[in-house]
Amino acid sequence: MTRELFLELFTGLLREMIRIRRFEEKCVELYSATKIRGFLHLCIGEEAVAVGVVGALSEDDAVVSTYREHGHALARGVPMPSIMAEMFGKATGCSGGRGGSMHLFDASRRFYGGNAIVAGGMPVAVGLALADHLSDDRAVTVCLFGDGAFAEGEFHESANLAALWNLPVLFCCENNRYAMGTALAREHASTDLAMRAAAYGMVAWTVDGMDVIAVREATDRALEYVRDSGKPCFLELRTYRFRAHSMYDPDRYRDKSEIATWKKSDPIPALEAKLVSDGLMTPAEVERWRAGVEAEVDAEIAAAVESADAAPLEPVEDLLRHVTTEAADGVALLAGGRST
Amino acid sequence: MTITDTPTAPAPHASRLTTSKAMVEAIAQEMERDPSVVYLGEDVGAYGGIFSSTTDLLARFGPERVIDTPISETAFIGLGIGAAVEGMRPIVELMFADFMGVCLDQIYNHMAKIHFESGGKVRVPMVLTTAVGGGYSDGAQHSQCLWGTFAHLPGMKVVVPSNPADAKGLMTSAIRDDNPVVYMFHKGVMGLAWMAKNARSVGDVPDGEHLVPIGKAAVARPGTDVTVVTLSLSVHHALDVAEKLSGEGVEVEVIDLRSLVPLDREAILTSVAKTGHLVVVDEDYLSFGLSGEVVATVTDHDPTMLKAPVHRVAVPDVPIPYAHGLEYAVLPRPERIEAAIRRSLAL
Ligand SMILES: Cc1ncc(C[n+]2csc(CCOP(=O)(O)OP(=O)(O)O)c2C)c(N)n1
Ligand SMILES: [Mg+2]
Repeated sequence: MTRELFLELFTGLLREMIRIRRFEEKCVELYSATKIRGFLHLCIGEEAVAVGVVGALSEDDAVVSTYREHGHALARGVPMPSIMAEMFGKATGCSGGRGGSMHLFDASRRFYGGNAIVAGGMPVAVGLALADHLSDDRAVTVCLFGDGAFAEGEFHESANLAALWNLPVLFCCENNRYAMGTALAREHASTDLAMRAAAYGMVAWTVDGMDVIAVREATDRALEYVRDSGKPCFLELRTYRFRAHSMYDPDRYRDKSEIATWKKSDPIPALEAKLVSDGLMTPAEVERWRAGVEAEVDAEIAAAVESADAAPLEPVEDLLRHVTTEAADGVALLAGGRST
Repeated sequence: MTITDTPTAPAPHASRLTTSKAMVEAIAQEMERDPSVVYLGEDVGAYGGIFSSTTDLLARFGPERVIDTPISETAFIGLGIGAAVEGMRPIVELMFADFMGVCLDQIYNHMAKIHFESGGKVRVPMVLTTAVGGGYSDGAQHSQCLWGTFAHLPGMKVVVPSNPADAKGLMTSAIRDDNPVVYMFHKGVMGLAWMAKNARSVGDVPDGEHLVPIGKAAVARPGTDVTVVTLSLSVHHALDVAEKLSGEGVEVEVIDLRSLVPLDREAILTSVAKTGHLVVVDEDYLSFGLSGEVVATVTDHDPTMLKAPVHRVAVPDVPIPYAHGLEYAVLPRPERIEAAIRRSLAL
């Protein structure tokens, strides 16, 4: 690759990580202002996984994610205004205001949730892959989940099926070392998750999830492998969340010093430093570039907030729409008839 | 020891506690009293339970008896069953009732059936605690009550406290019961500082040993004009509405079921015999559930007791939406309860 190509690739990755970081920092503010409600899980610190993995996909690929999915959705190209509107509970949101932060969906981009049951998305991902397989599609389904989810039966059943039937799933375990307040070593007898996945007959690698370039390279290789072989693959992406599990979590179960240590490998400054050490930019150029990007991203976020604020609410009359594909009269059910 | 049939019964020595503190007090007292009581679940130790259902228990009883589990509900609920069969009295926490889908086999095919299948030879004295309820924009997978589903499946008792004293008394009874008891606490009654303020989530709780019998409803407020049969957080709303309507000369009797299984049908019939008007308020889904069961209790017995059609205030058959306005529209909020009472009395 030429210098220009490297520069373009690296700044592209960096820009997207900054975009996700600033978006989520804005979400914190909006949460305090009660514009966003309910459970809110941030991926601050883990952006290299979102950008490195999801950004590597082609349009035809599918994504199944968790409740910690803002970064995945943004990296997938789900428009920021539709994500923001969803978190505001507006009719223009990507899930019509019914889903919220934990249930972002965008079928046109094959982004199938936004699942708040730990490991609940995994069997669904295997099914998406089966459909692609049967229709001779070369698409890959990427299934993102946490280290905690690895302890659920749903993971183990899904991994076995995908391997047994040679289905094109890329399992991406975002190992951030905690399942809520429970540390990795307190949830798994063997903490080498990639090794355990390999036991299902899958190719499995461990990747430095704080290094976006490493994540992107591993994902590119994995996608090629899955497309060519039609078999599943497993990536364990070792990362760390800088914030509490959710906005409600007082975060009393880990040492502040541990967080500080991990912050030293924050993927954003790490890549900025690499731009300099690889001689692609001078420190001053990084500064200037970053200021420009932040201004652009902040303008995009501000526009998303503004449009979400102005967007209409779903009327109560439409409440029962989408329970099934048939229309139903919500008001009649709420206001009279057999119920009150 | 105090045994109360109503939450208003005077207690000789009482402390003002939130529902969560009352629940923890009962667990701690039983753990002191009986070494076979252990508590296990996700983040119940260091974290203290996300709804403060286990605050400080780890420090008091240590990691052998207050056990953090991996996210493996099928395995750790099943493990609780096995330990109970061997004579332990485990309390197992399913963080949200919504997660029952992951582990329902252990709950209804094993926990609830082993006693029957063994011809009564094997007992399963365990408690399954779980958080229920909406109102916090937590979406379709973290807001359900689902008590009707548990109650539908034979073999387990189901209790649902609405206030601190009952939370303590029902927990003590549940732990001592020789049957599996599902103990469902609404997040909105726990009295948590970071959730919506709710004056009724703090109350006098008898000190020392305190039992509330499982299967006995309470008259949360006596009245003569209309019966509201309800449970859990909806009791609070019903009481608020009853206070308001009392100002208009309408006396609402509020029945707090407290237990779904066994259901205190006697209490329902006694009240409806008096008022002739019935409103059922249930935060679970409308169809095929508790509200229908309450109505059938009356109509099976004597439909002529009713002077007016029954009104049911429940979640219409729709998953709980995220958007605040939509969510409040489906929940049995005070406005809907008041409207139902007015319709029942043709006011
Ligand atoms: C079946 C189920 N059990 C428990 C929970 C509660 N819960 C939500 S997130 C979480 C921790 C998940 O940890 P991990 O899989 O590592 O993902 P992370 O949150 O670290 O991204 C738990 C226990 C849930 N949502 N679903
Ligand atoms: Mg984790």
